[in-house]
Amino acid sequence: MIATTIKNGRLFDPANKLDTVADIHINHGRIIAVGDAPSDFIAAKTIDATNLLVIPGLIDLSTRLGEPGLEHFTTIAQEGRAAAAGGITSLCVMPDTDPVNDSFAVTELIQRRARQAGTAFVLPVGALTKGLKGEALSEMVAMQREGCIAFSQANTPIVNTQTLFNAFDYAATHNFLMMMRPIDAYLGKDGVAHRGAISSALGLPDIPTATETLAVARLLLLAEETGVRLHLSQLSTARAVDMLADAQARGLPVTGDVAIHNLHLTEFDTADFASFMHVQPPLRSQRDRDALRAGVKAGIINAVCSDHTPLMHDDKLLPFPESVAGISGLESLLPLLLALVREHVLTLEQAITAVTHNPAKLLGINRGNLTVGTPADIALVDLNEDWLFNRHQLLSAGDNTPFHKWPFTGRVKTTLFQGQVTFQS
Amino acid sequence: MFGYPGLSSPSLQLNEAGKLKHLLTLEGLKQHHIHAILARADQFIDPVSRQLNKQPLLKGKTIVNLFFEASTRTRTTFEIAEKSLGADVINLNVATSATKKGESLLDTIYNLEAMQADMFVVRHAESGAAHFFARHVAPHVHVLNAGDGRHAHPTQGLLDAYTIRHFKGADFSQLRVAIVGDILHSRVARSQIQVLNLLEAEEVRLIAPKTLLPYDASAMGAHCFTDIEAGLKDVDVVITLRMQNERMSSARLPSEQEYFETYGITEERMKLAMPDAIIMHPGPINRGVEIASKVADGAQSVILDQVTFGIAVRMAVMAMIMEGESA
Repeated sequence: MIATTIKNGRLFDPANKLDTVADIHINHGRIIAVGDAPSDFIAAKTIDATNLLVIPGLIDLSTRLGEPGLEHFTTIAQEGRAAAAGGITSLCVMPDTDPVNDSFAVTELIQRRARQAGTAFVLPVGALTKGLKGEALSEMVAMQREGCIAFSQANTPIVNTQTLFNAFDYAATHNFLMMMRPIDAYLGKDGVAHRGAISSALGLPDIPTATETLAVARLLLLAEETGVRLHLSQLSTARAVDMLADAQARGLPVTGDVAIHNLHLTEFDTADFASFMHVQPPLRSQRDRDALRAGVKAGIINAVCSDHTPLMHDDKLLPFPESVAGISGLESLLPLLLALVREHVLTLEQAITAVTHNPAKLLGINRGNLTVGTPADIALVDLNEDWLFNRHQLLSAGDNTPFHKWPFTGRVKTTLFQGQVTFQS
Repeated sequence: MFGYPGLSSPSLQLNEAGKLKHLLTLEGLKQHHIHAILARADQFIDPVSRQLNKQPLLKGKTIVNLFFEASTRTRTTFEIAEKSLGADVINLNVATSATKKGESLLDTIYNLEAMQADMFVVRHAESGAAHFFARHVAPHVHVLNAGDGRHAHPTQGLLDAYTIRHFKGADFSQLRVAIVGDILHSRVARSQIQVLNLLEAEEVRLIAPKTLLPYDASAMGAHCFTDIEAGLKDVDVVITLRMQNERMSSARLPSEQEYFETYGITEERMKLAMPDAIIMHPGPINRGVEIASKVADGAQSVILDQVTFGIAVRMAVMAMIMEGESA
């Protein structure tokens, strides 16, 4: 481990209400001092952060990293490098791998690959039910021991409400966190676009708002009754934000996140059948997008994630309805967040909180802050650099992004994971 | 109305001179494009004798009818139009060949291009498929959408406009048109609505139960009616759409009988329309489901005229697309 000093950067850490120009000193992978170096400290490496923002490494609540199942296409190591390029140092991995992460063996495999790669803190999210089939419960205790941080059904809702109730009840027994994407099992199942002006005009099979609100209601009611810790993943509708706010106002310990692309794009972006705009949940109306933005600003939606889904070329080289949904999002998460800051949609503090302190609190991990003693996961960002996002220059194996050639201001210059430089531009 | 930001179809189907390179949808075209196509169709048919005027304008050109979805009628009318223009015609029913062998959609296209195809007439079950093909074909290859999912069937919209113009005159500004049936799943209806709006018809009405209406008709430039009596009142043109059996199995309708009872076009209901109203149908018709036999075969029916005019309109579109190339 190289003793390192990051000099003269603007330290920005919402967890500690910190916004000041100072040095930060790292040894044995941890932050050992902020400001003056300890008297016995000798830095073997100094990183000049003059005019750069120094923030905690980002924590992404929803990603897919290829392993196991898509090793011929990409690996945890490769996607981890993409994460580092995006200033992201902690990654929650969805359980819809192949095989499904529904056993401690798969969890262990993911953890082992992540340790070998050494580019990010990988947090497997286990399947709530075996094979995500919504029938038998996974061995959650064994999986948690192996490192599962939470449990989820990914994109496959549990149809049988009794089973869902039991799963929540069992999870509540052990105080496990449920990260549930609200989707009704049937409504809009064959849809590919938001039920609105564009799906009407283009004749695209549609996904009504109610597929999300029905599921939110069901999940909230069952969480209330069982007492399970519930986090609603990737909300897309204004109505769901209202429902989440109501539940929070009544004192339920429920949280939610949104995928960054749903804060920028709307149904109108699907108007020319561009398959890169095909995502799940779909891009919805401008009103929905604005409500999601307001939800993040108000702290009702606690976190923003990439919902990173690297896809192979052939997955998108199809007519829109047949293409696979998803965006390769690790490398655009922070630039898109900073764009919201520049547009005065969010303050810098709100934006950074939603990808550092808040997800860390949710997951109960000692990351996402610059407190002395915590692992040195740090991103250095030039807030003033203008650049064009280019899908041909991504480190992720997936170049499926709708943000090709988008002009951004603000770019990650250096990323450290546990004190090691994992990215440098 | 149309004209969404970011909609790239106009540039995708028009060349730099503003001429048709592909025909994917009527959305994004201008009124003058429609007038030009209908005027060109006049040159390919004698409206009185219904005799086709065959011209070998596409001699030496190869047109591939690439059908990913079975259709005898549409394919046949395209084939007649292609042969009447002197083109070499290849029919490929991909639904039963390449895709079953696991060949990708694009590989199919590239192979056919290598066989010197000049134009693909494409039908596919997914909305947006024609756009997909147009984005990926070689620069010299043209794409004509013969129906993609629920999205568009532009030559059907054009031939319906041609038929209405024939019977009602070139000025559409006083015309009220009712489209009755499964609008939600209908590419035909979408293209009809677009062409009628481009030609500034007074009103386009969509008549169906709510399960078969699009969510946002106003965005499409039409008014919805669930009451067929109110919807048919004083209209000049009634267009009925084919009702698929699938709508019963997917719980959008209880039965064909109940549909006919509530929305079928009968002689009685036709009396609500203007006395000189015409009745149209894109075919093939389900007698006793969406339309009574007496209406389909009656004096107001122009259903068979649509078929004949369709050949001339398709000849016009194909000739103009190919000419756009040299222009």
